[in-house]
Amino acid sequence: MPVSERNSKVVYEALKGGGVGLVSALPETWLVHLIRMAEDDPSMILVRLAKEEEGVGVSMGAHLAGMRSAMLMQNHGLFAAVNGIVSGAMLYRIPLLMLVSDRGHLGERDPWQTEGGRYTRRVLDALGIVRDDLVEPESVGVKVDKAMTLAQSSLLPVALLLSRDLMWEEPAS
Amino acid sequence: MNRIECLETIYDDLADCAVVTIMGAVAAELYSLGHRPNFFYLEHAMGLASSMGLGIALAQPSRKVVVIDGDGSVLMNLGGLTTLARYAPANLTHIVFDNESLLSVGGFPTATSTGSDLAAIARGAGIQDAKLVTEVTEFSDEARAAIRDDRLSCIVAKVDAVGPKTFHMDVHLLENRFEFARALRPDPDAR
Repeated sequence: MPVSERNSKVVYEALKGGGVGLVSALPETWLVHLIRMAEDDPSMILVRLAKEEEGVGVSMGAHLAGMRSAMLMQNHGLFAAVNGIVSGAMLYRIPLLMLVSDRGHLGERDPWQTEGGRYTRRVLDALGIVRDDLVEPESVGVKVDKAMTLAQSSLLPVALLLSRDLMWEEPAS
Repeated sequence: MNRIECLETIYDDLADCAVVTIMGAVAAELYSLGHRPNFFYLEHAMGLASSMGLGIALAQPSRKVVVIDGDGSVLMNLGGLTTLARYAPANLTHIVFDNESLLSVGGFPTATSTGSDLAAIARGAGIQDAKLVTEVTEFSDEARAAIRDDRLSCIVAKVDAVGPKTFHMDVHLLENRFEFARALRPDPDAR
C-alpha cells in the first residue's frame, strides 16, 4: 500500500510535539500508519470511533479534563461530524485540532471520493474554520505546532488537510 | 418513577464526580437540586454526552465520571455505546433516563416506546454491566453501587414523561464550561 509511512511518521511526531495525548480516529486508507503509530505508542490514548462525530465529544471531554487531543478523519468524516463541531466544539469554545485527509482532490482516482472532494474547503470555510494544507514534509512540524497554538488560543477548531502529495507515494513504475 | 426522585437519591454521591448531563429536563432537574461546579450541562450536540464522558474518563482515569443521558440522545449516538464498551473505562457510569419521549421538544415518542430496549442494546454493544431498572430504590441501589465501584456500568431507568416546572437555569453555557474545566483541574495539594 503506497501510503507514505515516512511522512505519516512526520505527522505523528508533530502531534506529539504539539502535546497531543489523545487521538480519536476512524480508519481510512491514508490514515492507517498514523493510527498504528498511535496504537503502538504507550503514551498516547487512541480512541477508535464508530462515527467521527463521537470524536468531537471525546475531544471536548479531554479538553475540559486538561488534555490536548486531535482528530484523525477523512473529509467525509468531517461532513459526518459537522453538527458536533458546530453545536459542541464551537458553541462551547473547545480547541479542536482536526487532521483531515483531503480525498477527492487533485489526483484522486477513486470515483466515489470525488463528489465529497469538491466541498471539503467550502464546508470548512462556511463554518469559519481556519485551515491549511499539509503538503511538504519539511513544513509539517511547524504547521501542526502553529495550528495547535491557534486552536488553544482561539478556543476553536482548526483544520489541517492531509494532502495526497504528503500521504501517498506513487509506486515506482 | 420520576427522574427527579432518582436524581435526589444520587445527588450526594455526585459531589466528587465529573457529571455530564444532556440538555432539557435532565439538566434543569439536576440544576434544581443545586448546581455544583463539577456539573456540566451539554445544552446541544445531542448524543455526545456519553462521548464527552469517555473523553473525561480516559483523560483522568482516577476521577469518577457520571453521564446522565436520555433515550432520545442515546438513540442519536448508538455507535458511541460500542466505543464506550471497547474502552470500558472503569471510572465511568452511564445513566440513561428513558421516558420513551422527546419530552423537551413536545413529547414525541422515541423508538423505546415501540420496543427498542436500550439496556439490551448496551449489552449487545459490549457493555457487560447494563441493567434496566423501574423502581426508585432499585435505581438508587444500582446507581450508587455503580458510582462507587470500579467498572463501566450502564443503568437504564424507565421514568415517566414528566419534566420540571421550569427549564430556567441561571448559568450561561460558557460560564458552565469554564467553571467545569476549573473544577476538573487536578488538585495541586493532592499530588
